[in-house]
Amino acid sequence: MRQDVQLVISTSPYLKRQIETPVVMRHVIYALLPVVLASVYYFGLSALLVIGSCIIGATLAEWVFTRRGSLRESHVADGSAIVTAILLALTLPPGIPLWMAFLGAVVAIVIGKILFGGLGYNIFNPSLTGRAFLQASFPVAITTWSVQSDLGDFLKMRGDTFALPFTTPSFDAVTAATPLAKMKFEAVPTEITDLLFGSTPGSTGETCAVLILLGGAYLAYRRFLQWQIPVSILVTVAVFATVLHLINADKYPGPAHHLLSGGLMLGAVFMATDPVTSPVTQRGAMAFGAGIGILVVLIRQFGGLPEGVMYAILLMNGATPLIDRYTQPKIYGAVKPEKKKESKG
Amino acid sequence: MSERISKSKRSFRHGVHPGEHKELTESRLLERLPVPSEVVLPLNQHLGAPSKPIVGVGEKVYRGQKIAEAGGYVSVPLHASVTGRVKAIEKRHHPTGRLEDSFVITTDFNSPQTLYNEGPIEWESPPLDELLKRVQDGGFVGLGGAAFPTHVKLAVPEGKHAQYFLVNGAECEPYLTSDHRIMLDWADSIYLGIRIIMKLLGAEKSYIGVETNKWDAIKSLAGQIPADLPCEIVPLETKYPQGAEKMLISAVLKREVPSGKLPIDAQVVVQNVGTVAGIGDYFAFGQPLIERVVTITGSGIHNPSTLLAPVGAELGEVLDYCGGLKENVRQVLFGGPMMGAPQQFLEVPITKGTSGILCLTDDQVKYRKEYPCIRCATCVDACPVFLNPSELGQLARVRRWDEMLKYHLLDCMECGACSYVCPSNIPLVQRFRVAKAMLREKAETEKAEAAKAEAAEREAAEAREREPEETAAE
Repeated sequence: MRQDVQLVISTSPYLKRQIETPVVMRHVIYALLPVVLASVYYFGLSALLVIGSCIIGATLAEWVFTRRGSLRESHVADGSAIVTAILLALTLPPGIPLWMAFLGAVVAIVIGKILFGGLGYNIFNPSLTGRAFLQASFPVAITTWSVQSDLGDFLKMRGDTFALPFTTPSFDAVTAATPLAKMKFEAVPTEITDLLFGSTPGSTGETCAVLILLGGAYLAYRRFLQWQIPVSILVTVAVFATVLHLINADKYPGPAHHLLSGGLMLGAVFMATDPVTSPVTQRGAMAFGAGIGILVVLIRQFGGLPEGVMYAILLMNGATPLIDRYTQPKIYGAVKPEKKKESKG
Repeated sequence: MSERISKSKRSFRHGVHPGEHKELTESRLLERLPVPSEVVLPLNQHLGAPSKPIVGVGEKVYRGQKIAEAGGYVSVPLHASVTGRVKAIEKRHHPTGRLEDSFVITTDFNSPQTLYNEGPIEWESPPLDELLKRVQDGGFVGLGGAAFPTHVKLAVPEGKHAQYFLVNGAECEPYLTSDHRIMLDWADSIYLGIRIIMKLLGAEKSYIGVETNKWDAIKSLAGQIPADLPCEIVPLETKYPQGAEKMLISAVLKREVPSGKLPIDAQVVVQNVGTVAGIGDYFAFGQPLIERVVTITGSGIHNPSTLLAPVGAELGEVLDYCGGLKENVRQVLFGGPMMGAPQQFLEVPITKGTSGILCLTDDQVKYRKEYPCIRCATCVDACPVFLNPSELGQLARVRRWDEMLKYHLLDCMECGACSYVCPSNIPLVQRFRVAKAMLREKAETEKAEAAKAEAAEREAAEAREREPEETAAE
C-alpha cells in the first residue's frame, strides 16, 4: 500500500528568488558603513551620537505608531526605519543638538512615511522630509558647520550637542563655511582632493565623495539600486555646470566642484534612488535624474541657498507619479496607436 | 557541420534565471515504464472540444487503436495506449483538479502490446488538407504543456504566410529534461517531423532553438541535419521564459508577435521539439500519440528519472517505479516549477500534456511573509512582455480590475517571472490570474444580462404584436 501523503495545493510559480526586502535593506546599511566610518573619523563621537539619536528616534517612532492594534504594519524588523535614520543623520551637521536630530528622525518616520500609509506609500523621501522639517524649524543649527579634524579629537563635541530641548543652543564651537557656501558667498574654491576624500566642513556623511560612490557602486553591482538615477543626476549636473562655467568662469565654478561638494553625492546615490519615491522604469529614472540635476544647479547658482540637493530631490519626488505616467514601458508586440483610433471610431 | 549552428547566442529582453536543477535527470538515459495494469484516458487532454468515444465498455482495444474521435475542428482523437479491454467510461480525477469523463482500460498481459496499425504513413504524395487530417488523426497536441491541437497550428489561414518554422527545444523550465533527452536520442524523428511540417506550412527555413545549458544536444543535432534540409540550430541564452512562444520568436528572429495576435501574424509557426519528433515517428512507423517522455524529478523522489510512459499511466504507479516519494514531500506538480499544476491525488493519469512530474519537499514549500511593494521595479525588469507588474499589483490589491486593463493585463502570459523575483514576496502573477478570472466573470454576467434584457424586449414586442390580433379576434 502506498503511503498516505498530504499534498499542498497552491498556484505557480513554486520557485522564489531568495532576496527579500529586509536583505535589500541590510545591504543598503552595509553600503553606508564606510561613509559612517568616515564621518566618525572626521567628526568623532559627535557623528556617532547624531547617528545614534536618529536611529533611536526613528525606531521608537516606528514602534509607537505601529503597535499591535494599529492599522499599520510594523517595519521595525525589516530595517527600513534604520536606513531612513542613518540617511537623515548623514545629512545633518555633526554639531547639531541631539534632541533636534531625534526630533528630525521622528518627523521623518511619522510625517514622512506613516501618515502616507507606511512603507511603500510615501510620496516624498522620508529622510529628506525630516531634514526639510529641521531646516525650516532650526535654520541656524542646521547650517552651523564645525571644522574637520581627525581621530585625535574623537571625544571633542562639534557643537552644542547636549543642548536641552527647546533652548537656544550656543554656538561657541569652532565653525567654518562649507565649500559650497565659500564658493557662493566668498567666491573661494576648495581643493578637489579635499572634496574627494572629505576633509572639508560639511554634513556628517556628505563630505567623502569617494566612499559614497563606492557604496553606490556596490549596490548597483548587486542590483539593489537603479544606477540610471545617480548617473543621470551626475551627468546632468556636470553638463549644466560646464555650460555655465564656459559662459562665466569667475562666477560659476566648474563641474568638479559641483559634483563633489555638498550633499550631491549622497543625495544622488542614496536619496534619489529610494525606490518608493522614484520612477519605476529606466526611462523614467533618467528623466527623474535629469530633473534633479537641473534643479540642483539652478538652486545653487541662482537661488538664495548655497545648497539645493534636498529641495531638488523632494520636488522631483513630487513629480514621480507624473513621470511614471508618461514613461510606462512599451509592451511586447505593442499595436500602433493609429489602429486604436480606428477601433474607437 | 558547424555552419548549421548560428554564430551568436541569442536571447530575448528581460526574464529571470532561477536555479536550473537539471543535473538530477539530465544524464539519466531514457527508461520505458513497464506496461501498467490499467490506464485512465481522459477524453479531455487537450485544449478545445473533448473527444467522442467510438468504442463501448467491454470492447477489446489494441495499443494505438482509435477509441474516440475528434469532437470538432479544435480537437483530436484519442488512442488506446495499451492493448486490453475497456473497463469503464466514467468520471475520474484529472490533473486539472476536476473530474473528467475518462476511458479506463484494463491491460491484457497476454498481448504482445504491438501497434494496431504498424507501418509507415505516406506523407509525400497526399494533398495538404489530407496531410493535415492525418496529423489530426495521430492525436497530436503540443507536448510542451499547453496541449493545443497541433494540426490547428499547422493550418495556415487564408491570406497568411508561414515564412519560418521554429522548433522549440529551449526547455526553459527548471528541473525538466525530457526535451533534452528527445533531442539527444531522436534526431532522425525530429528531422522527419520538420520536413513534413515545413511541407504543410510552405515554410522556407526552420530553426531549432536550444538553450546553451544543453550544448551536447546542440552539437549532436547539428551533426545530423540532413544536407538538403534548410534548418539551423540556434543556441539560446539559458533564461526563463526562453521557451515561451513569443520570447522564442523574438530571440531567434528578432521580431515580435503583435499584441493579441498569433505567431502566424509574424509569419512564424512554433512547435515543441517533442511534438515534432512524435509526428516524425507517426509517419515513420504509424505510432499515434500514445506515449510520451516525462521527467520525474525533484528532491522529493528517491530515483529521479526520465521515463517513456504510456499516456494514462497512473501518477502513483509512475512514482513507485521511481523509488517512491520521500517522507517529507509536500507538493507534486505536473510540469515545471514556474508554470506547473499542483496535484492533490496520486490517482490522476499522465496525460498528453504532462512534460514532467516535480516532487517538492517541505524545505521548498514554505510560507513567505509578504512585505509592502516598495516600487523597486525588479518585476518591471523581469517581465518578458514589458508590463508594469508593480503597478498592476497595486491595482489588484485594491481590486481595481478594470483599471488593470489599461496596464495591459490581458497581455500577461502568466509566466510568473514577477512573483519569482519580487523581494517583497508579493504573489503578483497569482493576483493577475484572479483579476483575469474576475474580469471574465464580469463579462459573462454582463453578456447574460444583456441577453436577458434582449429576450424580455423581444417578448414585449411579440406581446405588442399579438395584442391587436387578439382584440380583433374578440
